[in-house]
Amino acid sequence: MKLSELFKKGKFVITSEIGPPKGWQVDKCIHEAETYLKGKVDAINVTDNQSSVMRFGSLATCILLKQKNMEPIFQVTCRDRNRIALQSDILSAYAFGIENLLLLTGDHPVLGDHKDAKPVFDLDSVSLIYAVKKLESGEDLAGNKLEGEPPKFCIGAVVSPCAEPLDPQLFKMEKKIKAGAEFFQTQLVFEPEKFVKFMDIVKKNFGKVYVLLGITILKSVGMAKYMNENVAGVFVPDYLIEELKKDKEKTKSGQTGIEIAAKLIKEMKPYCDGVHIMPLGWDDKVPHLLELAEL
Amino acid sequence: MLITQIKSIKEIIKFGIKKIFVIKCIGCKEVYFPEKDVDNLINELTNSNIEIIQTISTEYLCNADFSKIISEKYKSQIEYVDSILIFSCGVGVQVVSSILEDKLVLPGCDTLNIPGYQGLTSQNFNCDLCGECYLNYTAGICPITSCSKSLLNGPCGGAKNGKCEVNKEMDCGWEKIYKRLSKFNLAKKQIDVVKIRNFLKLQEGVIGEKNETV
Ligand code: SF4
Ligand code: SF4
Repeated sequence: MKLSELFKKGKFVITSEIGPPKGWQVDKCIHEAETYLKGKVDAINVTDNQSSVMRFGSLATCILLKQKNMEPIFQVTCRDRNRIALQSDILSAYAFGIENLLLLTGDHPVLGDHKDAKPVFDLDSVSLIYAVKKLESGEDLAGNKLEGEPPKFCIGAVVSPCAEPLDPQLFKMEKKIKAGAEFFQTQLVFEPEKFVKFMDIVKKNFGKVYVLLGITILKSVGMAKYMNENVAGVFVPDYLIEELKKDKEKTKSGQTGIEIAAKLIKEMKPYCDGVHIMPLGWDDKVPHLLELAEL
Repeated sequence: MLITQIKSIKEIIKFGIKKIFVIKCIGCKEVYFPEKDVDNLINELTNSNIEIIQTISTEYLCNADFSKIISEKYKSQIEYVDSILIFSCGVGVQVVSSILEDKLVLPGCDTLNIPGYQGLTSQNFNCDLCGECYLNYTAGICPITSCSKSLLNGPCGGAKNGKCEVNKEMDCGWEKIYKRLSKFNLAKKQIDVVKIRNFLKLQEGVIGEKNETV
């Protein structure tokens, strides 16, 4: 099922994500998705060698999810494949019933565990979206006709609503919309005021485009501080760090993080079309978070 | 030999230039400079109602000291125009663009390759001889060499505090490009442009069809 169909029905869409393991035995990862996410979220995003760390593949994991009747979102980055491989993998995905894509530029290899790898970036997020639209029109990027029926995807992209400066982000977002992006998954948001302002600009300038609010469960003070220092577009305000400091045991158990996340979701829900939860290993806490956020 | 190919008129007039100052750089002795093509293009521009205030020929635009002298010498003419059109390698365009902060500086050629010879290249700007000069889309800042991923369609979103995700010592090239694009109101004008690299141009000496944008 394409996410766009859910959005059109006015459903508040809930997605989460899993990261495939470093190794070929994916059973545990699939089992976790089945236990904690199946039936509770509308779709599951599978990361593509996240943070430039080599892992089991996104496409294969998506196929396994599909076989267990879960709806995957195939994440594709431009870091590792040129335009030939990208188009080929995306066509392959469609044959397995994978209809939702999340297309991104991807992190640079130096951030990962194969720092000496060739950074490909033959295409980028905008031109990859354009390439998929070409496939949907029955042609490849070079203009050659595809045999048979063209595929039809729901195309997602990412945006960073709390980035400073915001204007370059909006410029890129609009380019993605013009190229054919139907929905956006945002970078993690901890500052509702900034998000509301961002959504206001989006609605005023770009018309109807679906936005999934990016949310995570804060695990510790250290994690919050680390993100503030190192993760682009993410700012955890002091008052949340204070809240994490208050009760060490409660924070360690995950309860503080869950409460913060639920509160953030409730506050921003009226302004967006859904939420994307990045559990970062805490998949087992997603059901409780959804309950607390009344989703 | 430095090999260049003249851009199509469509690529040059795209963003609505009106009054221009033209600089031809015939510095490198080894350069293959298609002078006739340049003159043809200048004629075409005149026929498209673009006012050419003056055309000059010079040398070693890639050398910032030379470029500064030229900018001073032709100051009054340059002040009068909205854009500078430059026929040189990518470095020359970047150097002039950095000197004339308030003028839109456009490349008139695509720089293909320089086997063995590089003129008096400036230390501060790099040209990767990518085969299709994007400086007209990026307000004179090279996206190939100033962005760690050589992105053509905007920033990757990885920059933090203005620094590139790859190297905290390096400014994010795209944040700089965006700032300069906004200054000339060029960001909006290219919102539906999708740029894709043409790696065929990297094959030695391939002067092929002129690049057109999708
Ligand atoms: S875009 Fe950059 S690398 Fe390409 S020709 Fe222009 S200056 Fe050189
Ligand atoms: S942070 Fe800026 S310079 Fe670095 S790869 Fe991304 S867009 Fe390019």
